[in-house]
Amino acid sequence: MKSSTEIVMLLAGLLFVLGVAGVIIRKNIIFMLLSVEVMLNASGLAFVAAGSRWAQPDGQVMFIFILAMAAAEVSIGLALILQIYHQHKSLDIDKLKEMKG
Amino acid sequence: MVITRHNPVHALLYLIISLLSISVIFFLLGAPFAALLEIIIYAGAIMVLFIFVIMLLNLGKETARQEKEWLKPKVWIGPAILSAILFAELFYLITTAHAAPYSLQTVDPKAVAVSLFRPYLIGVELAAMLLMAGVVGAAHIGQHKKMILHRFLKEEDAL
Repeated sequence: MKSSTEIVMLLAGLLFVLGVAGVIIRKNIIFMLLSVEVMLNASGLAFVAAGSRWAQPDGQVMFIFILAMAAAEVSIGLALILQIYHQHKSLDIDKLKEMKG
Repeated sequence: MVITRHNPVHALLYLIISLLSISVIFFLLGAPFAALLEIIIYAGAIMVLFIFVIMLLNLGKETARQEKEWLKPKVWIGPAILSAILFAELFYLITTAHAAPYSLQTVDPKAVAVSLFRPYLIGVELAAMLLMAGVVGAAHIGQHKKMILHRFLKEEDAL
């Protein structure tokens, strides 16, 4: 019987990998943002599991910071999506190629 | 399930289910404060933002059809293999670690609060500044720039 923190860490790793795959395979910006949310959740889960493993409150503090960062990121990202949709009438990231580096 | 749906609203519902299950895991890990924050902020506030934007952009069956065209096996087989390799490495690292026996202990919200406002006070203030910058930036980006566009069009007409 494995200890429960390892199982939770494995779950966090699985969620993170799923988020990475979602970011890579999707072409719609909204789905990419959802996948980023999944990845942030996975990292928060790992932090809370580690904090619970050593009985320290630091993990939950980091989780609260991740939560605040996710909220700010989502608000900015959704505002950008609105602007992109109003200018290009599309959410396809392959069509946003005018910003050539 | 979140990353394979064609309809954005279905993906959002599956993401909410995922958030609720993660919240239950937090509760089982002895972090009830984090579980409450997860439900209230993630499933409450952020999902409402997503739903608002999806309704505003009027993404419906057309987007689902478009996604169905994009999501072919040729597209997702490569990233799936890469992700499987990454997960295999994570699995190997986690399972080969030497785990000492221990017991899960509940971290009560009081300890979190004391830790949050004594050693991490700078972090709290930085998070507050980040949220403030996020609000101001979203308000600035989200406003319609029709006036500027109109002026450019006028200039082109004049030229």
